[in-house]
Parts: sequence; structure tokens; C-alpha cells
Amino acid sequence: MDAEKALLSLRNVVKHFDISGGLLDQIQFEKGRLVRRRTTVKAVNDISFQVLTGETFSVVGESGCGKSTLARTAIGLYPPDGGKIYYDGQRIDHLSPGQMLPYRARIQMIFQDPYASLNPRKTVRQTLEEPVYFHQPSAKAAEVRDRVAAVMEQVGVDPQWAGRYPHEFSGGQRQRISIARALMVDPEFVVADEPVSALDVSIQAQILNLLMSAQEEHGLTYMFITHDLSVVRHISTRVAVLYLGTLCELAATGELFQAPRHPYTQALLSAIPKLGQHGVHYVKLKGEVPTPIDLPSGCVFHGRCLFADERCRHEKPALMRLQSGTQVACHGVEEGRL
Amino acid sequence: MKATWQRFKSSYLLYSFRRDKVAMASFAVLVLLILTGLAAPLVSPYNPYDPSSIDIMNSELPPAWQDAGSRAFLLGTDVQGRDMVSTMIYGLRLSILIGCGAVTLQALIGIFIGLIAGYIGGKVDALLMRLADIQLSFPYLMVAIFISAIFQVAFGIGRYAELAVPLLIVIIGLSEWPVYARTIRASVIGEKNKEYVEAARVIGLNRRLIMVRHILPNTITSVLVISTIQVANAVMSEAALSFLGLGMPVTKPSLGSLIRSGFEYIFSGSWWITIFPGILLVIFVLVINLLGDWLRDVLNPKLYKGA
Amino acid sequence: MHHLLEVQDLEVKFALRFGELTAINGVGFTLERGERMGLVGESGAGKSVTGFAIINLISKPGYISRGRVLFEGRALNQLSHEAMRDIRGNRISMIFQDPMMTLNPVLTVGTQMVETLLAHRRISRQAAAKIALDKLRMVQIPSPEKRLTQYPHEFSGGMRQRIVIAIALVTDPALIIADEPTTALDVTIQAEIMELLLELCQAQKTGLVLITHDLAVVSQVTEKLAVMYAGSIVEKGATDVIVNDPAHPYTQGLIRALPGIITPGSRLHQIPGVMPSLTSIPPGCPFHPRCPFCAAVCRTTPPHLAPVDSRQVACHMVATQNGRLEPTGIVETWQPDTRMTATGKAVETHGR
Repeated sequence: MDAEKALLSLRNVVKHFDISGGLLDQIQFEKGRLVRRRTTVKAVNDISFQVLTGETFSVVGESGCGKSTLARTAIGLYPPDGGKIYYDGQRIDHLSPGQMLPYRARIQMIFQDPYASLNPRKTVRQTLEEPVYFHQPSAKAAEVRDRVAAVMEQVGVDPQWAGRYPHEFSGGQRQRISIARALMVDPEFVVADEPVSALDVSIQAQILNLLMSAQEEHGLTYMFITHDLSVVRHISTRVAVLYLGTLCELAATGELFQAPRHPYTQALLSAIPKLGQHGVHYVKLKGEVPTPIDLPSGCVFHGRCLFADERCRHEKPALMRLQSGTQVACHGVEEGRL
Repeated sequence: MKATWQRFKSSYLLYSFRRDKVAMASFAVLVLLILTGLAAPLVSPYNPYDPSSIDIMNSELPPAWQDAGSRAFLLGTDVQGRDMVSTMIYGLRLSILIGCGAVTLQALIGIFIGLIAGYIGGKVDALLMRLADIQLSFPYLMVAIFISAIFQVAFGIGRYAELAVPLLIVIIGLSEWPVYARTIRASVIGEKNKEYVEAARVIGLNRRLIMVRHILPNTITSVLVISTIQVANAVMSEAALSFLGLGMPVTKPSLGSLIRSGFEYIFSGSWWITIFPGILLVIFVLVINLLGDWLRDVLNPKLYKGA
Repeated sequence: MHHLLEVQDLEVKFALRFGELTAINGVGFTLERGERMGLVGESGAGKSVTGFAIINLISKPGYISRGRVLFEGRALNQLSHEAMRDIRGNRISMIFQDPMMTLNPVLTVGTQMVETLLAHRRISRQAAAKIALDKLRMVQIPSPEKRLTQYPHEFSGGMRQRIVIAIALVTDPALIIADEPTTALDVTIQAEIMELLLELCQAQKTGLVLITHDLAVVSQVTEKLAVMYAGSIVEKGATDVIVNDPAHPYTQGLIRALPGIITPGSRLHQIPGVMPSLTSIPPGCPFHPRCPFCAAVCRTTPPHLAPVDSRQVACHMVATQNGRLEPTGIVETWQPDTRMTATGKAVETHGR
């Protein structure tokens, strides 16, 4: 793949959260001795990929797989515990908030919950003006005003409502305003974290169309986080499948949906309910999803995989590139038995 | 401005206020009391601070409707011959001043500490909250005794009367700030994980801006609710301190010190010196609490969402 | 022989500070023994209210203002509280989106199942415990003996929903009302739960009313389907017929708005605007402001369900054009939606 086109590049990124609480909670009595134990959630484990300029890169996985954490780590909202993150060729994971500022105007984010992502005490105008004034303190009031009107128009919210508060809008309209806020600073990269999951089907279609139009008009690059595979199929260029904080498979969208290679991807795709299908047909997995606190040894998926063998239980599979361009981390695929 | 007024007119706050008779009556009484207190020099028949207007011969006159009463003094006079009505109005003014002053101080300290503890979290949070615990485990009476003792040693008793008001504000303000700090901290912790705060971080705003511009305005409702109750508490604290002789001096009596000064004479038959300021204090505190209850019902979303 | 469930012209109103709101307006359908029906609509369409109205659990300020719910021939909304309690949780069970609505966090799963049984059956504790164990096996919970003594928080989300299904089945109900049972779950778990629900209903001849926003799930599991919009049923009939050949413009729009139907990357079909809130339901057909086929009559006269091609549709235009509305092309540019929901907001916040 052409390395020059990579806008965002993650190398072996790790993010763990310490949830052990205060010192007193950490101390336990074990075999007659006091020991201090920390509990860490291994949310993102050794993930590497590149997001190419102009594409829609989707990250899919089930709840708790670390996809939201991955997105927030990638754009520097959480400091990574390991690995390197490059944006436009520059390393950004160790920057101070001040050094990060120029990137903040280039990277924006859209959130899942339209009811929580807008400050309830600010009017739409205040919400939209804030990023502009913050990044261009010298901006003229009239220009900012015009820009607010233009962006509101573009996302399909009547600019006359700029003086209203978020609670006066419906969920779909709030999501439009949230998108407008991201567009205000003219970013080049937008991370969308489940932007349509909280919306009804008919509104979801409106917002997806809006996102696609905005991408065309502004030449945006998207990193799209979702659990909804039909949405992924519709809008993505490439898809990364995450399981328990580990990258299982990364492929072009068409390739992934036609020929999924990883057993987990296969199970995930088979479980999508299909319109007009009678009965529920899907690849059954065994067992339950382990917690990200105690990760299984070897391949994180081995406990649920129908094809796991001794090697899967002990040895972590590495991501390898197949001829089709698909990258997959599975011993079975590597050995040719899947 | 006009839009704000329109919004207020159609708001749920006003709607529920107009449906709640208790709230409306309390509000009317409270406004009346506050206006009377603030306009004390204009509305009270006499100036109780002016020794020249006081005649010791008029001391302990009963209320006007009793046989020995005088038409000049509606609710009678106290031991020094001061008109009870005027003294109570001036006393009310002092109580309001000290109550609001103390609450402002509490709120300033409490909001500052609560915001920092809640937003930064971790060790800072633990430290500040333990500090609040320690503060709350000191009875305010003890703090008051300490501070006034130190004060009297440092400045002499003579200046105590002059500086009693700011002193009481500081004492009551310092002893109750943890109430604010805890409430603010709790709502900051609730707010800081919401996506709009994350959105502000994506924009690149620093911690101070996020705290002040985004989180603080969303904790204001809880500040409002506890403020009413805290004003009532501060007025009561002041009255209690004054009653114990640690508060306002008799020359500049607040409601509490009036009650105290009358208490000595209640068994000799001069009940009015204690009872009337007592009733006024009870009414004042009661209406504030009733309003506070109403406000909490209206502003606390959990109540109507959970019902 | 009676229908298992017959809902006749059901209307539910909410008495609020600014007047009365009609939450559902003249909803009617029938369900036979062992039949599975989907009740589909977007949020606010009134599908959950319908579910609650069936078991007479509309809480104040709502009330059933018109119509009847007949369960095995008995009018449920005229029964005494006692008689209703005997049916609810016994002959009719409910499954909610959030398992914790059904499960009591401080009681073990076993206790809750046994209590449910003892409330409705005159049997011994031992017998009840045995039935509970059977049902846990039936919902394929591994090592059920051990699981009986555990508390709800010791289960994962999918397992909890299985427990809820086991509790719903424990009294061998004739009807299960499942309100968005898998919406909070991941797709792989959703598939497991849906398969389970389908198999159990088939095996036990249990009727199912599946309330959901997900047409695909409904098409997998149910035989009948009713599509709701703004408190009314706009189309009902056999699931296959409606899913493959929707007649009502709203149903058409809903199906065509799904990603995965058209070429990836192209614009999705979108229904302009938003569903009206209950406070501002437009006169005539509630869908007319969003409808591409809207004519003068739609703005004034509410349509009624009428048979069209082996299903029922409430649409003037479908009725006059003899059941064939050719869907318009994919809408390439969207219309800014210009209607506010300011009035509707008060309902959402203060109505409950």
C-alpha cells in the first residue's frame, strides 16, 4: 500500500485502563501475605493499521471490543500506553496539549448520543462558533456568523434556529448540529463514533447521506466506528474487525463481505439479520466473550472458535497479508486449513 | 432579551410555580420580608441604632393591644426601650446580610474546590474531599469559638462589634463550604464523561476552559437548589451563634441576639421580646425552605423522569 | 373458538397539562394460537404503548380510552386487578429490552423463577424448582443447577436475556409479548436469542408479539406484521407479502432506507422530515407531510385500513390506484427538514 497516502497511521498501539481504584482497594490478602493487585482493562492490544487519505475506514466489533477506545486513542484523547501514532507523517502520540493544537482543527469527531453530545446550556450558535473562535481568535464576528449559517444550511438545519437550545431539536437534527460543529473548522479527518446507532431507520438514512455528501464536498477522510454491519457495508472503503481489543481482519469492504477469512468475521457477518430471510441462520460460536481484564492466552478468539487447535491456545497469531489484499490474524488461515 | 423573557414565560419553571400555591405564597412572603429588611431605614418607625431615639423609660412595654401597651410601640419594646418592630426589621436585615454573605462565600469556595476535585479526580480529588470531611467533622460552634477568641485577642473586644458581620460571614462560610464542594463534585463527575465535554476536548480547549465554560453552567441547577437551603441554614446558624453570645452584640442585634436578650426576661413576663423575633425567624426560614423544596422538585429531573 | 388475542379499535390517551394526547389511535389486530406477529415502527410510533395496553399496564396519566383487548375471548381491560394479575405473568408473559426490568438484582435467579411459579400454581417448592431447572435447560444455559443459585449480576447480557425468557416461559404462557428483546445486544447474541425465541414458540405453540424497530429481525421470526406510524397501524398482513412488496408509502420508505438493499456507496433512500410528535400529529393522514404521493384528500381525511392485495393498508392513494404506488427514484439530494419538535419536547420530559 502506498505509504505516502496514509493520513493516520497506528503502530503497535496499546491502551490499558487501570480500574483498580484506590490503594486500599488494590491490597488483597493472599496466602498469608498482603499483596497489591492492579486490575487493568486491556482495551486495545498491539493494533497497527493505516487510514488512507479520502477513504472511509470502518472499525467494527461488538460492545466491549475496544473500538471506541481505539478511536479516542488514535486522535489523542487518551494517551496510548504503547506504540506510535503518526498523523500526516508526524508523530503525535507524545505531544503536549499545546503542540497538539494545530492538529485539533484538522481532526474532528462526531459522537453517538445526540442527547449528550451538545452542551445543553449553549445555543446552537454558541456551540458552532466556539471551535472557530478558539482556533482563529482574530476571526471577524460577521464572517463567523456567515459561516455558521452556511454550515447549518449545509447540514440541513434552518440557520434561523441558531439561537435555540439543543433540547428544542429532535435526535436527528441534533446529530446534524453535531456534524456541523465538526465541519466548522474545516477538518480533513473526522472520527465518527457510532453516529447513527441512536437514530431511527428513516433518520439514519438522512444522516448517512449527509455524511457521504460532506465527505465529497470537503474531501474528508472518515474513521467510522460502528457495530452495525449493514451501515459499514454501505459506506466503508475498508473495514477493520476488532475482537477483544485485537485486530482480527482488515480488508476492502467488498472483499470482507464476500469472502470473510477470520472465523470471527464469518460468525459476525452470518449473524446480520437479513430482510426476507425465514428463520435465524448463523454460524454458532461456542462459549462466551471473555472479559478484557483477563485476556485468553494465544489467539484471543480461541475459546469461542470452532477451529481452534493447540497452537491457537498458546501462540498469538500475527496479522498477515493474503493475496487478495486482506490482512488476517489467524493460524488456521495461515496453515491453509481454513 | 425579549426572547429570553418569552422563553421564561413559557417555561416549565413558571408553569409549575403558578400551579403551586405554597410556592407562590412563600415567594410573596419572602419578597416582602427581604424588601422590608433591605429598606429598614425607610420602613421602620424608629432607628434602634440611634441612642438618642431610645428612652430607657419605655423599656419592657408590652404590645400595643395589652393594657400597659403604648400605641407608639406596636409590638412593645425591649429591655433597653427599643421599639420591637424597628429592632426586628433591622435584625432581619442583618440576618439576611449574614445569611447571603455566608452562602456566597460557601458557594465560591465550594464550587472552586468541587470543580477541581471532580474534574481532575485522582489524588487531587481524594485530598480535597478528605479536607472537606475534616472540615465537616468540626462543629461550626467550635470553629466560631476559636475564631472569635483569636479575633478578640488580636483586635480587642472593642472592635468586635464593628467587625462582627464580616466575621460571622467568614465563620459560617468556612464551616459549610464542603456541602457545596460535594454537590458540585458529584454533578461534575456526572457531566465530565458526557460527550459534549469530549467534543470540547476534540476542539482542543484546555481544562480551565472546559471546566468554566462547559461543565460549570451545567452544575448551576444543583447550586441553586442547595443555595436556598444553605441560606436558611446560615440564618439559623447565625441565630444560634448569636443566641449563645458568639454572634452579633446586643447593640446591633440580629434576630438571634434579640431572642437571646429577651430570653432572660421571659420568666418575668416580658414574653414579647423573645417570641416576636422567634416567630419572624421561623417564618423567614420556613418560607425559604418551602421555596427550596419546590425548586428542588422542579429542577431535579430524576424526580419527574423516574416517576 | 376464540382468537388467542384480539385487539379491537384500541385507543390510549395521556392526560397532560396542556390537554390530552392520543398515543395510539384505533389499533386493531388478531393473533391465533402459536402465531407470531411483529409490531414494527420507529421510536414514538406507539408500539410499546400497544404492548403495555394489551396487558393493561398503562400507567397514569395514560388510560385506555376506547376499544377492547380480548384474550382467549375475555376482555382484559374490563377484568378486575385480581383476575388481570392471574393472566399477566401467567398466561401472558412479557420480555423487555432491559433484562434488569424483569430481574430483581437481590434475588437469585432460581428464587425468582420459583416465586413466579408459586404465585400462579398450587405446587410445592420442590416441584417448582424442578420446573425452573427444566426451563433453564430449555433456554440452553450451561450448568443450570449451578446457575439457579446465582444472582442476575453474575450473568452476561445475553445470558440475562435468556434467563428472562426462561422466566417468561416458566408458567407455559399462551402469549409472549417481547418489547425490543435484542436491541441492547450484539448481533451474534441477537441471533442466538432470536433463534431461541423462535424455536421455543414453535415447540410450545406459544403466540408471540414481537415489538421492534428492526424489520429484518421481524422478517426472520414472524408470520404476520403490523407497521405502526404516529400511533396508528398503516399496513398489516403476512410478513412475506409486506417485506417483499410493501404497499404503504411509509413501509416502502422504511424498507428502502435500510442500508444493504442498494449498491454500497450510493445515496440511501430517505424519508424526508421526522415522525410528528404526539402533540403535533397533522390532520388527515399522519404521514402526509413526508409522503411523496400526498394528494389533497390526504391532508384532510384520515385513511382507514382497507384490504389491498392480501394485506391491509391505510392509504388513500393506494386505495384509489388499486394497490400500486410505484416507488419514486432514490432521492439524491435531501430536503432540509424544517419542522421543529419544540412542542413535543414537553411530552418527552414531563409526560411520564
